[in-house]
Amino acid sequence: MVIFAFFALQSSVFRSLSGVANWLDPASTLGIMAVAVALLMIGGHFDLSAGVMTGTTALTVGIVAVEFEQHIWLAIAVALVVALAIGFLNGWLVTRTGLPSFIITLGTFLMLQGLNLGLTKLFTGTVTAAGIAGAAGYGSAEWVFASRLEIAGVEFRVAVLWWVLATALATWVLLRTRFGNWVFATGGDEVAARNVGVPARRTTITLFMTTATAAWFVGVTLAVRLTSVQANTGIGQELIYIVAAVIGGCLLTGGFGSAVGASLGALIFGMTQLGIVYLRWDADWFYFFLGVMLLLAVLANRLVRRYAEAARR
Amino acid sequence: MTDAVRGSGAAPLLELRGVGKDFGSVIALDGISTTVRAGEVTCVLGDNGAGKSTLIKVLAGVHPPDRGEVLLDGAPVSFGAPRDALDAGIATVYQDLAMIPLMAIWRNFFLGAEPTRGRGPFRRFDSATAKETTRRELLAMGIDIRDPDQPVGTLSGGERQSVAIARAVHFGARVLILDEPTSALGVKQAGIVLRYISQARDRGVGVVFITHNPHHAHPVGDRFLLLGRGRSLGDFAKGEVSVEEITRLMAGGAELAELTTELERSPSPES
Repeated sequence: MVIFAFFALQSSVFRSLSGVANWLDPASTLGIMAVAVALLMIGGHFDLSAGVMTGTTALTVGIVAVEFEQHIWLAIAVALVVALAIGFLNGWLVTRTGLPSFIITLGTFLMLQGLNLGLTKLFTGTVTAAGIAGAAGYGSAEWVFASRLEIAGVEFRVAVLWWVLATALATWVLLRTRFGNWVFATGGDEVAARNVGVPARRTTITLFMTTATAAWFVGVTLAVRLTSVQANTGIGQELIYIVAAVIGGCLLTGGFGSAVGASLGALIFGMTQLGIVYLRWDADWFYFFLGVMLLLAVLANRLVRRYAEAARR
Repeated sequence: MTDAVRGSGAAPLLELRGVGKDFGSVIALDGISTTVRAGEVTCVLGDNGAGKSTLIKVLAGVHPPDRGEVLLDGAPVSFGAPRDALDAGIATVYQDLAMIPLMAIWRNFFLGAEPTRGRGPFRRFDSATAKETTRRELLAMGIDIRDPDQPVGTLSGGERQSVAIARAVHFGARVLILDEPTSALGVKQAGIVLRYISQARDRGVGVVFITHNPHHAHPVGDRFLLLGRGRSLGDFAKGEVSVEEITRLMAGGAELAELTTELERSPSPES
């Protein structure tokens, strides 16, 4: 709110409807990921491979659709299978070994980074998978993933709609289903959760696969929207997702947070990123600003945790 | 109802006959016999290493006994897993309570056994029922929770024990095993927990109260099993034994007397 008011007062473009559509766009793809990453963080884990996974899925769509000349929906399905497999592998390794998910997914992050580059070069001979617009069925895929909705004469990206739906769905699952209860419990105290019969392993693996599914969705959106994908797509984004989730109130230690909060975190990110451009400030300040917000958010989260544990003994 | 079951004629809810358990060559438990009746509290007393934890684990189905018999309603039973004991109505409230501090009381209450409504993809956690049931069950135990939405972490230690007890009773526990529920608490908090133990007893639950504090056990206990180094030091009914006698037996009688004399004498060289 404060951030919106600040930029809206300073820049007329920012507060115009087309300005809103502009800063909602980066917020939307980030938001879809942040919501999934927030669920995972509430469940007590990190996924550092989430960012590069958007690249992996986007490249898969490009390579299968263009190099193998398949229908684009088949390519999208293949990308989903790949994403789910990576998500399952992450979750399975974490639950099997008991090692911190930070390290496990750092491993998959590096592996995927290498695979993205190596396989793209192998199949296309370059570091880009291009020409997706020419694939069979591109029109329908574009309609689902990259169309524009006109509201009051201003075009909004359809990803904004998907983002709102993802946030609503995640909120419902967290607060109104058994699975949601298990997510909080697994992140809060895994041993205690298991003692009362919560299938903690299954919950964790499902969460990693959920994050992978979100990465698939965002990856496909990127591939369809841009029609060409760089092999380094998504690298570095994984930390931004975590930042958005933390700004939105997720505890780094798990067991607390919300999907709506993560969405707001993504919104703040989008507003800040474009707001600085509209003000014609040096874009270098963006990361400084983001860092300040992250620190403030973490300090606020610490108060929440203190409050909840005040009477613990 | 309670008085009828209390009659000596009916078979006890749970009975141990000469139960023993070895870990390799170490005899952790040997020749333990006692009874747990509906609407009564059986206290298991012992110092550290007396075999209290092993006894809990035998009753909770974690370890099968190597010798002797466990009888439920007069019929011998053997539990292969904690789930079997739970299904038979034997619930254990461990010291760590299996509660998530950052979660609301009602969410904790139903954790792992959430009521649902709707079907298919619309099957959802019936939070209205869960909140209502939590409030009702806690009130029935005499626990007045201001707000079932508050996180468990904001409750005092005694209140949390009480919620754990209410949860076990709600999910059909006929025998409730409490592992040192008062040991980490102050005097006042321990008193609150003792009151809830008696509440559970009055609702017809057979309670096994494990403690090393005779002063906590004596006021609520109907039966006292004293353990020392894995063996029974005595199994008494209420009135057969005093607090002082329990303390003396637990500490190993003569040893304590010796220690007392030693401690009383020790300041003399200084003066």
